[in-house]
Amino acid sequence: MIAFIAKRLAAGLILLVAVSVGTFFLAHAAISDPTVSLLGTTATPAQREALALKLGLDRPLVEQFWNWARHAIVGDFGVSWRNFQPVGKLIAIKLPVTLSVVTFATIITALVGTIFGMVAGLHPNSAFDRAIKAISVVLFALPGFWVSLVLVVWFAIQLKWFPAVGYVTPNQSLGGWLRSITLPAVSLALGAIVVVAEQLRNEVIAVNKQDFVRTLRSRGLSSWQVNVHILRNASPAALTVLAVMFVSLLSGAIVVEAIFSLPGIGQLTNSSSQIGDIPVLLGITVVSVVFVVIVNFLLDIALGWINPKVRVK
Amino acid sequence: MSAAALSAETESRETRRASIFRRFVRTPSGLVSLAIVAAIVLVAVLAPWLAPYDPNFVDLANTKAPPSAAHLLGGDTSGRDILSRLIWGARTTLVGALVTIVTALAVGVPAGVASGYFGGRLDRGSSWVSDALQAVPGMIILLVVASGTRSNFGLIMATVGVLLAPGYFRISRSTALTIRNEPFIDAAWVSGLTHPRIIVRHVLPGVYAPIIIQTALAAGIAMGIQAGLQFLGIGVANVPSWGAMMAEGFRYMLASPLLLLWPSLVLGVTIAALAVMGSTLADLVRVRTVAPRRTVAQANAATASAAALEYSSAVRIDNLKVSYGAETGDIEVVHGVSLEVAPGEVLGIVGESGSGKSQTVFSILDLLPAGGACTFDGLWIGGKPIHGMTRRERARLLGTQIGYIPQEPMSNLDPSYTIGHQLVEPLRSVHRKSRTEARSIARAMLARVGIADVDRVMRAYPHQISGGMAQRVLIAGAITGRPSLLIADEPTTALDVTVQAEVLELLRELQSEFGMALVLVTHNFGVVADICDRVVVMRNGAIVEVNDVRSVFAAPQQGYTRELIAASLDNSETRRELDAIHAAASREA
Repeated sequence: MIAFIAKRLAAGLILLVAVSVGTFFLAHAAISDPTVSLLGTTATPAQREALALKLGLDRPLVEQFWNWARHAIVGDFGVSWRNFQPVGKLIAIKLPVTLSVVTFATIITALVGTIFGMVAGLHPNSAFDRAIKAISVVLFALPGFWVSLVLVVWFAIQLKWFPAVGYVTPNQSLGGWLRSITLPAVSLALGAIVVVAEQLRNEVIAVNKQDFVRTLRSRGLSSWQVNVHILRNASPAALTVLAVMFVSLLSGAIVVEAIFSLPGIGQLTNSSSQIGDIPVLLGITVVSVVFVVIVNFLLDIALGWINPKVRVK
Repeated sequence: MSAAALSAETESRETRRASIFRRFVRTPSGLVSLAIVAAIVLVAVLAPWLAPYDPNFVDLANTKAPPSAAHLLGGDTSGRDILSRLIWGARTTLVGALVTIVTALAVGVPAGVASGYFGGRLDRGSSWVSDALQAVPGMIILLVVASGTRSNFGLIMATVGVLLAPGYFRISRSTALTIRNEPFIDAAWVSGLTHPRIIVRHVLPGVYAPIIIQTALAAGIAMGIQAGLQFLGIGVANVPSWGAMMAEGFRYMLASPLLLLWPSLVLGVTIAALAVMGSTLADLVRVRTVAPRRTVAQANAATASAAALEYSSAVRIDNLKVSYGAETGDIEVVHGVSLEVAPGEVLGIVGESGSGKSQTVFSILDLLPAGGACTFDGLWIGGKPIHGMTRRERARLLGTQIGYIPQEPMSNLDPSYTIGHQLVEPLRSVHRKSRTEARSIARAMLARVGIADVDRVMRAYPHQISGGMAQRVLIAGAITGRPSLLIADEPTTALDVTVQAEVLELLRELQSEFGMALVLVTHNFGVVADICDRVVVMRNGAIVEVNDVRSVFAAPQQGYTRELIAASLDNSETRRELDAIHAAASREA
């Protein structure tokens, strides 16, 4: 078990280093002179040079990277080039918003995806199964922000059930918090639900054909109990999809956050990239890769629990 | 493989591809989605001639104007013609998607095909890169590229292509891997074809279909990402784009909802059409499965109104017919089988695979596989009529009156649960025992079926015990409910020779100890001689002979029975079985 954890940690670290190096040099290649975007076009060359000196941009790129990495290892991601606030603090303020929305979206996806996938898989080619299939083809393809626009128009503006924009912290009002993250979470979840449901459906059909299911029925177990056995054996693929979705939404929900005016990681990414605030972008990248590593680790543990055969010895 | 055979194979693939296209166009979803995508492409190509106005021409009188004869969809916030902007936006969208697809194809497919075909270090390396790419926060990368190259949408869409490449990599790798392992690839290599030639002639044709499907999806995703970026304000101001139009519409959503409606509608319909196209294609390429029947529910009832007679038999079935739904109509696999087993009797059902013997016992259990359905004139279990019972009522007989022992021990235990759980669960829910009671019964049963280390087996998962032990566990599971009828479907076939005799001996002991009737399905006359009182010989879904064991061995009435006995003697698995058969025969003689 310890060897397993060590191995996963090592793989995670390699990934983290590779992605950080990649993002750092890509960012510096793409944003060749950050002082232009930071100071605007009206700044004099002298002003720009002073800023470049202050930010250490006059140093060789490798040295700049080393300076960043040296501090990043101990959790210091430097300061934002825009307002000189610590990057860690900026992210810590925004992360809860995004985490709320994405976690809520994941819970909705898991619940609804499981129900849809089970019902469709237990009754393949039924009217329900075909309806789900027809809807999922389209829902999967439509971008989350497109769906959010529809939801905003319908539920926030026409029906006025939910606020159209803005975020309420759970400290201010728990109900208000839930209402403020419902529409964004649903618009992120819709596309994921159909993927999870589709995966689960196919696995349920496959598991249902296996001999042990018939034997379980022959023991007199109720169909509900047999379904629990089927679900457990069918869930690994869907669980993997769920994990992938969770991570990709953490940094990918930028447009949805913009539509609902949510002050989350997506908004920070968007504003930082527009002015070329490289330290903030690097910090967000590192945080999201850390989440990838953590979620994949938890996923491995969950898969081992579900299927004892792959459990680490 | 000869050159002629190789080229014949390529040809048949080509005709297959042509017929898939024909079938695709014949389905309504295929035709409609293709028509929509074709129309969008046409509009994009012909934009300069189709658009009624210059998309950037400002007519202040047309500001936020409602639809009119001059401006069919009205004007936007700066008075530009919405229809013209939509038409030019189609061009922007399509060019962007094209750049993405070409990049993703160029990066993903060669790498995937090479990885799958050559394997080894190349495969491990590129698989790692592919996995790592998927862990990269894509939107951040895109925004970084966008901020550095503000106006260069081509470069941004190419980056999207790199981010979508892992999808192409995986499907072309797995397809190439599958084809690589086909024997004809080795044959081609031996017959002197070079690797590049083999890849071009045999691997690439196999990768086509999944790639086209993936492309339809990827194009939709690319359009979504593109519109999202434009929505955030990335892109050149004077290039009309659907995403930017949506952003503008979103800002003025309350006052002029139409501004949001038009671009959203066009984007939504285009992406949906691409998705439907991909999914329709995928359905056509996938191997077709047999359509399950919808008549199963009604069919499992008695055909004739058998009187509510009671019999003293453990099980009796009259005129059983089993059929399966197929594309060409129903196929009957059991044609009117009737049989009866007395309490405490051991009946063997013998026949080759496909003779309908398993279908017969599954019908008695009401556990036919999906797609199967049975009818009968009457069915009695434990003397009580079963016909007329609902499926729920029949399910209640399982585990209480009827026990079932399957053929293949390893595949009949749920791999995710411990043996203990699988024995305890029915005891608790079906027999309403308390947790401790259920556990002690389960342990007693395991000990009874001859398992030495009960503690370990209770905690073990199925993959941690041997096949022989697993079969004993399944026998324990079948008899925990003290059924009056035990149905065993080839209970020894999958076991080692030495274990077979022990398991058979155990079955015989339990049968007499519990006084159960036993229906034993087998293809082996040795097993029959060992344990059965009476034999039913089945062939092609019908009974050819019924008799008591001694008579069958001494004087088989049918040539088929003689053949089966002779075949069993030829590959008789144990010395003991042979002895038994000789003994039975000599007793008669």
